[in-house]
Amino acid sequence: MTTVNKTWQGAAKLVDPATPIRWGAFYVAEFRIRGMLKWAAAIVAFGLGNPVLYLLSIGIGIGAMVDKTQGSQGIDGVPYLTFLAPALLATAAIQGAMDEVTFPTIEGFHWTKMFYSINNTAISSKQIVDGVILSAMARCVLQVILYELILVLFGALPLASLPVLTLASLIAGWGFAAVMLSVTAFVNDDDGFFAVVGRFILTPMFMFSGTFFPLTALPIWLQWIGWISPVWHATDLGRALSYGHPVEPWMLLVHVVYLLALGVAGMVTAYPQFKKRLAE
Amino acid sequence: MSKSTSKKADAAAPMIVAKGLRKVYGDFVAVDGIDFEVKRGESFGLLGPNGAGKSTTMKMIASTSQRTGGELTILGKDPNDFGPEIRAHLGVVPQQDNLDRELKVWENLMTYGRFFGLKSGFLKTKIDELLEFAQLEEKRNVKTEELSGGMKRRLTIARGLINEPEILMLDEPTTGLDPQARHILWDRLFRLKEVGVTLVITTHYMDEAEQLCDRLVVMDKGKIMAEGSPADLIKTYSSKEVLEVRFGSDNNKTVAKQLKGIGSRLEILPDRILVYTDDGEAALKQILKAGMHPITSLVRRSSLEDVFLRLTGRTLVD
Repeated sequence: MTTVNKTWQGAAKLVDPATPIRWGAFYVAEFRIRGMLKWAAAIVAFGLGNPVLYLLSIGIGIGAMVDKTQGSQGIDGVPYLTFLAPALLATAAIQGAMDEVTFPTIEGFHWTKMFYSINNTAISSKQIVDGVILSAMARCVLQVILYELILVLFGALPLASLPVLTLASLIAGWGFAAVMLSVTAFVNDDDGFFAVVGRFILTPMFMFSGTFFPLTALPIWLQWIGWISPVWHATDLGRALSYGHPVEPWMLLVHVVYLLALGVAGMVTAYPQFKKRLAE
Repeated sequence: MSKSTSKKADAAAPMIVAKGLRKVYGDFVAVDGIDFEVKRGESFGLLGPNGAGKSTTMKMIASTSQRTGGELTILGKDPNDFGPEIRAHLGVVPQQDNLDRELKVWENLMTYGRFFGLKSGFLKTKIDELLEFAQLEEKRNVKTEELSGGMKRRLTIARGLINEPEILMLDEPTTGLDPQARHILWDRLFRLKEVGVTLVITTHYMDEAEQLCDRLVVMDKGKIMAEGSPADLIKTYSSKEVLEVRFGSDNNKTVAKQLKGIGSRLEILPDRILVYTDDGEAALKQILKAGMHPITSLVRRSSLEDVFLRLTGRTLVD
């Protein structure tokens, strides 16, 4: 006879529902982070490797040319690398957070259906949403801090700006991750979803958000991409915090409120959609 | 000790009570007003063909899908108000083995245990027990995608036991498994019954229902057609024995007319005729005496398959 019989206490005695009801979101995050650790090498390679490539090629390579022709205060009164760094940081934060909500959500609902298993325990649909976001933010904060340190090493960011920049990056990462989480919750299968998001949302957002040049350098009929893009809001905010890029105080508020509003909109859409799908 | 006293205290209270339970998806009535009760320690079966409403009923009991109407009480609580509280004390083995593919076997159990708020220290020994129970000790450090179908099924069942559930719900536990793997699983489920775990099982396998269930309901089109122990249902709805005769697909219908009067009842299927009787051999002799010569004949005991055929006019596995 197996040992399963000898020590059996029964759930009534063993499990206090109050514990998962209080901490469930953290258990989901813990589960997600365990999964992420299996991909640690890939996450570091893409999460840091990509931004570092941009830093070297555009920031340093093209930056040298820009500074040569424009002088070292050519754009926004600072060297090109200083101008570029907050944009690269914002992009890394947003991309990192997004990766950890989109893939897991399609996996959880469709590929492995793990979300249904999780919901079969004491965990609620809302806690699954919160846990996925929490784990994405855990990756986001780690990626942001590591990347910031690299940027400081290259003299692209002042050390003193790191605390506020980290906070701003997290708000941006959360805002966009929450929106993408809610969108992904409506997707039934991959269906080319990632290709569409990559080509029609991420790439234009990266290119036209004042990343490589001031947004105002674009014709007015393209500038709207920046206005709705969390990358632009985060970048403009980051530039103000990093090197004192001149921004109206009310505009700073707009940036923060816009990013927070994205996050809130994403969460309040994701909660009922997760609940609905898990009850199917 | 406290276990035995608390057990006595609510031994009388049913684990699950459903009254007029309904679930409607748009225009489709999946579960159409069913009533049943499940007692502590009982092994209760939901039997029926695909689309009968078994899985929907299971999801409502599992407190993940809300009912459209009627009453439902699980462990004394209404799942509409106490979903997480009820689920904390249930074990669920879904039809599909939705394991995490990236995590190893032991990590799947560990993370699942954490969802109940169980401590890592407790889980370490629990995982050893469950791996032994599921005969997966050697697969502890293997990723789940490398497991065979039977191993995945056993792991999913082991996972459902991590919180030592009061009720273990198994949705078609052995569908898709080979006979040997099925028998291993049945053996494991018997052991759980010995511990006092209440089992709720759906299946469309008659032999499984007869093996595992103390009591069952036969479902069809969202309704309960009959309820009782396997033996009672057979006694009530079928004869002691069944004679199966084949005359070739084209002849079965014409021959059936001449068979009238033999046995207590006839069931004409496309490929064979079933003669319900208390003495199969005697019925066969009668047929041969009347000058009819079946291509093949078989006398067997009545089974739940016959009960289902009688109640619904259809076979279980189409």
